Parts: sequence; C-alpha cells; structure tokens
Amino acid sequence: MRLTCPLCGDRDRREFYYYGAEDYLHRPPEGAPLADWDNYLHLRDNPAGVTKDLWYHEAGCAQWLVVTRNTVTHEISGVELVAERKA
Amino acid sequence: MRYSGLKVIAEGLFGNKGWTPAWRNPSPKSEYDVIIIGGGGHGLATAYYLAKNHGITNVAVLEKGYLGSGNIGRNTTIVRANYFLPGNSEFYSHSLKLWEGLESDLNYNVMHSQRGLINLFHSDGQRDAFVRRGNAMINQGDDAILLDRDGVREHLPYLDFDNTRFPIYGGLLHPRGGSARHDAVAWGYARGADRRGVDLIQNCEVTGIDIEGGVVRGVQTTRGAIRAKKVGIVVAGRSSQVAAMAGMRLPIESHVLQAFVTEGLKPVINHVISFGMGHFYISQSDKGGLVFGGDLDFYASYASRGNLPMVEHVMEAGMTLMPMIGRAKVLRSWGGIMDMSPDGSPVIDKTHVEGLFIDCGWNYGGFKAVPASGWCMAHLMATGEPHEVAAKFRLDRFATGHLLDEEGTGSQHNLH
Ligand SMILES: Cc1cc2nc3c(=O)[nH]c(=O)nc-3n(C[C@H](O)[C@H](O)[C@H](O)COP(=O)(O)OP(=O)(O)OC[C@H]3O[C@@H](n4cnc5c(N)ncnc54)[C@H](O)[C@@H]3O)c2cc1C
Ligand SMILES: [Zn+2]
Repeated sequence: MRLTCPLCGDRDRREFYYYGAEDYLHRPPEGAPLADWDNYLHLRDNPAGVTKDLWYHEAGCAQWLVVTRNTVTHEISGVELVAERKA
Repeated sequence: MRYSGLKVIAEGLFGNKGWTPAWRNPSPKSEYDVIIIGGGGHGLATAYYLAKNHGITNVAVLEKGYLGSGNIGRNTTIVRANYFLPGNSEFYSHSLKLWEGLESDLNYNVMHSQRGLINLFHSDGQRDAFVRRGNAMINQGDDAILLDRDGVREHLPYLDFDNTRFPIYGGLLHPRGGSARHDAVAWGYARGADRRGVDLIQNCEVTGIDIEGGVVRGVQTTRGAIRAKKVGIVVAGRSSQVAAMAGMRLPIESHVLQAFVTEGLKPVINHVISFGMGHFYISQSDKGGLVFGGDLDFYASYASRGNLPMVEHVMEAGMTLMPMIGRAKVLRSWGGIMDMSPDGSPVIDKTHVEGLFIDCGWNYGGFKAVPASGWCMAHLMATGEPHEVAAKFRLDRFATGHLLDEEGTGSQHNLH
C-alpha cells in the first residue's frame, strides 16, 4: 500500500504510523460526560468499506494525515493534512 | 454414527460405503429458542455446550458462508494457557482443560498435540517478565518451566545461538501448550451440536436483528425471517457490522493478521516456538508444513490478504532466529480479520437489548479460547449470569476502567 502525502507525494506504507479512526479528531470538551469519552477513546464504527483514519508521516514530513480509504479493497481515495482541516 | 478405530477398519474392508455426512443440512425453521449468529469456532462451540450442558437443543447456528470459513479455519493453531492477569488466567486455564478432554468428548480427532510451547527471551528484563508470567501460570495450576540458554539449546539445537544482536538468554517452556487441527475443531463441534439436535444453517447471512420494546424477537436473513427468544452474536471480525444491526457501536476495530505455510518437510520442529524480539512464532503441522506468523498489519482492514511490510518482517524474524528455514519454500500466505479490542482481551456479555448477547474481541488469540468461550457463552445465554471464569469480560469495562490489558501497553486500539 502507498499513501500520497500532500507534502511529500507518493510514499510507501512503511513511512507511516497508523493511529486509528478519525474519531480521535473529535476530542470531547473538558467536563464532557463519561459516555462521550468512551465514544472518543474506545467505541468505533469500524466500517467494512469507506473509512477515514489518522496516519502520521513519521519517516517523512512528520505531518498528521486524514486518509479516506476502503477497508475492503485497500483503495485510497484521499489524503488531507490534519493541520489544514482545522484551519 | 460413532467414530472408532474399529469402524475405520470395518469401513476399509467394505469399500468405505457406510460413511454418512457428519451433519444434516436443514432448512431454517420459523422459530428457535436460541439463534447463534456465526458458524466459526466460537459459535459452534456455544451451540454445542447449550445442548450438552444446558439441555437447550432447539437452537440454530446461522452462518453466512460455510461452516469454518472464517478465522477458525485460517489461524496458526497455537493452544496455550500462559496468561497472567486475573480474569484471563482462569479463563484460558479452563479452556486448556477442556481441550485436554475434547476429543473423547466430541468423539472427533481434532489432532490436539501438547508438544510444548517455548517463548524465548533475549534480555534480563524479558527474563524477569517471563519468570513472573511462569509463576502466575503455576499459581493458576498450570505448568511452566524456566529454561536457561543451555536448556533451550537441548530442545531447539537449530536456533542461531551465535546471534549477537538478539542473544538467546533462555525460554519459558509451557509443556501443556501446543497446537491442534483448526478445521477439525469446527467440524467436531459442528457434528457434536448437530447430533444433539442443533440446526446448522449455512449460506444464511443475518441482515437484521428484530427488536421490539427493547427485547430481541429474532433475525432477518438472506433465507427469510427467523424468530428466536434469545440471539447470540458470535461473528469475530464482523462483530461491528452485526452489532450495528442492534444499534450498537462496539469497542472493536477489525485488523488483518497474516499467516504463512511452507511446503511439507520431514519432522524438524517439534515444539511451538515464539521469538521474543520481533514478532514471529512457528510450529510444524502434522502434514509437514512449517506454519508461522507475526503481527497484525497494523491498520483497520477487512481485506483477507495482507501487505508486504509484515511479510518481510515475519520472514526476517524467522531467518534471524532459525536460519535453517531459509531453505524451505513458502507455499501460501493468507489473512484473517481479527476483532481487536482496545485492551486486547475479549467480551462475553449481555447487551442493552434483552435476550441479545455478544461474544467478540478475540484479537489474534481466539483459537485456544474456543472451548471455554463456547462454554461460558452458553452458560451466560442459558442462565443469564456470566460464568465465573469469564466474569471479567464485560462489554462496558472500557468505560468503567476495569481493563484486562495483558501486555500492559494501554487501552487504545492501535496498541495491541
Ligand atoms: C492468521 C491468523 C492466525 C491466528 N493464530 C491464532 C493462534 O495461533 N492461536 C489462537 O488462539 N488464535 C489464533 N488466531 C485467532 C483465532 O483464529 C480467532 O480469534 C477465532 O477463530 C475467532 O473466532 P471464530 O472461530 O468464532 O471466528 P470465525 O471462524 O471468523 O467465525 C465467525 C463466523 O461468523 C460468520 N458471519 C459473519 N457475519 C455474519 C452474518 N451477518 N451472518 C451470518 N454469519 C456471519 C463468518 O462467516 C464466520 O464464519 C489467528 C487468526 C488468524 C487470522
Ligand atoms: Zn509527508
């Protein structure tokens, strides 16, 4: 598998660290109820099909990426910088 | 039909014409007392023990493909009881005891072979961890023997003892550990359940779960609606999809785990061996193939095939540990979809829906668990109370903080 980093281009999977579902981008506010934290940390949609998840370009530009990909076919349909999404 | 040595000889003399199918192929009835979704090891064992231990025989196992088409028929078959956390330890200990009586109980040869498991260690720190684990195993009533370097050499003379990067300091020998024939475990439980009246329904995918007023009423399937008083979800890597039919979001992420087998060789590896540096474990099947594997591919996936980096890692680790296997040709590699939980331990529990139960989160270690999981899931579904050896496998333990983190790495999906 290869991911096309918006900064570095087409790179081998070995350069990236997989973190998990994009749920990690939606951190609950301080004081949020317990159920929100459980949702954020543990519970997952875990779809068989298109998903968005977080990868870190560890051996490249050290940017966090949101990758849109298909968990059944391994097809990658988009890679965005987390930094740009938040801006 | 009871299987026996005498029967084999008699059939051999008369042209093997007397064998009958090992189980029926019934059409689904309109209603059952219990429906088990998933005809893998855990689902079939649950149905078997519902019938055997609890006398509940009006049961259907619904399998979307054929029996044993999932992970039960594609794993590296390591059977062991070497866990140390209270909660896991008693469960796997119970499972190993069931394995030891399984063949006579099922009247089926599952080729369970207690050839001994050796976990190697390569540093003082690792030795300390294994001493601690061995003591926990002994406290649980199981067996563990600490081997020093020479002790390992006696058992496994073919390892690379000259490796300076990963020196072999010793190993923890678990004599009752070993392997079994994976398909036979599914077939043995299937036949045992069928003989007690359970309907095994293949090519029957569950597409919906019917719930009225918070109570389960049955399921929708590709072969029509089937009503049931109780339903158990036992679908391993597909747990999230099936649980979503009941409105649940699970603490599960599905990952692919690969395995490899070589051409058949003469007997050369007598134990199950795991490398303590880099992920690698190996045994030799009774057919002669070297069966080995490593770690997950480490990203969520439902593709039953893996990626090259982990193939390389496994081959490199194998060559580092035992260079002799470099001569063997790899015949096949494949992947299975693992239901990974945040702490690496399973769930056997009720759900928020009355009459709906779930058994999932087996990670990469659910083969050895098949007997005890079936036993405990059947107990839970029959009595409404968790079995004492599975009492800590709660679905809400992540929210309540009662984690079972055997590796001590943290409660996060990408850490196990
Ligand atoms: C490569 C590999 C190596 C492994 N090595 C080991 C090992 O050495 N030791 C060990 O202890 N464990 C090992 N495991 C883990 C072990 O195989 C699994 O944890 C265990 O088999 C999972 O439980 P199961 O047998 O019930 O799963 P499965 O056999 O996958 O059963 C689940 C069944 O549910 C069915 N299903 C899914 N959705 C539906 C639906 N909607 N309707 C109807 N049916 C459905 C599937 O078709 C499948 O047959 C390994 C796994 C893999 C992939
Ligand atoms: Zn980059």
